[in-house]
Amino acid sequence: MSKSASTLPNMVITLLLITVAAGTGLGFVYKLTKEPIAIAKLQKQQNAIKDVVPEFDNDPSAEVYEMISDEGFTLKIFPAKKDGEIVGAAIETMSNSGFSGDVKIMVGMKPDGTIINYSVLEHKETPGLGTKMADWFKNEKGNRSIIGKNPATSNMTVSKDGGDVDAITAATISSRAFLQAVRTACAAYVQNGDVDSESTATTKTNNKEGGEQ
Amino acid sequence: MNQWKIFINGIFKENPIFTLMLGMCPTLGVTSSAENGLGMGLATTFVLIMSNLAISLVKNVIPDKIRIPSYIVVIATFVTILEMIMQAYVPALFNSLGLFIPLIVVNCIVLGRAEAFASKNNPLSSIIDGAGMGLGFAMALTMLGSIREILGSGKLFGFSLYPEDYGILIFVLAPGAFIALGYLIAFINKLKKA
Repeated sequence: MSKSASTLPNMVITLLLITVAAGTGLGFVYKLTKEPIAIAKLQKQQNAIKDVVPEFDNDPSAEVYEMISDEGFTLKIFPAKKDGEIVGAAIETMSNSGFSGDVKIMVGMKPDGTIINYSVLEHKETPGLGTKMADWFKNEKGNRSIIGKNPATSNMTVSKDGGDVDAITAATISSRAFLQAVRTACAAYVQNGDVDSESTATTKTNNKEGGEQ
Repeated sequence: MNQWKIFINGIFKENPIFTLMLGMCPTLGVTSSAENGLGMGLATTFVLIMSNLAISLVKNVIPDKIRIPSYIVVIATFVTILEMIMQAYVPALFNSLGLFIPLIVVNCIVLGRAEAFASKNNPLSSIIDGAGMGLGFAMALTMLGSIREILGSGKLFGFSLYPEDYGILIFVLAPGAFIALGYLIAFINKLKKA
């Protein structure tokens, strides 16, 4: 077969055929992978929820509700219930003050705001520095851990800013963003959540204001 | 040309990284760990093989003047397919490479092989050339990723070799990529001459 000449009709027809073939192929693969992609995303979310809250017997992702934080972020709150009682919630929270891009984390909290565990969902921090946040704040060494602490009663900022938490070495900005996301989650969940009694909610508000000054 | 020679050519004599110096952007960007390097290398290999095959099959139909846009459409299609497949079936790898996958479209190795090899040779040779070039690329990326991971964070493929606190931080960051790549190329050139 000889090479087709570069005439206008030839070129138009060839490009048209190639793009049609490419489009058809892509559409087919898209249909094929649409479901697995959705499942993979859901699975990731489910795993993160399981990681950060105590045992539950409801379906947190079915009872999810959204909340707008003071900073204007949309938080997703997945309540975890055992025998109808709320044992805590997984809160998908974020901060846009990271070193590069948004930091998205899932924090598990008891109804009073005590942190049970957390899981980093998405971030674009520097590999080897900011990326350490996945484990750093679980480490018992020094004042790194935030597990078991309550952002409402303790000063959850990095020690450089006068807080109680040791920042990641050489990644203070990432640490700040991380802790900010945690505080956002706590503020939204504990203060505005209808799950808590009126009196606790008020004390939390006072404490938080005191902590930020 | 002998098929085996074509295959080996891409891995050693004309290794895309060490000799041709093509595709430096993903090379420097993703190799912060050996696993990322290997993943990116294999992803590029897949695209190279598929695009080389497709282009060598349709090379006579495509008029000369529009061959580059045609190649890019073919390559972009395979990259997008790969992206969707990875997202669906290996979400963990997709999370660490996700940002760099679309960049394979403009990776000069893929377009370079399409233009220099696939458009002049039969489908079988083109597949073999794609596999050789791709594996050569994967090998180079894995080597660079391993060096940076060992020096920077004291790990190899995620296994701890020594405490992370003693790692030389710069090797995980961008400047470390340039330093490590420079020394690696110098070393390979020395080996070739010897």
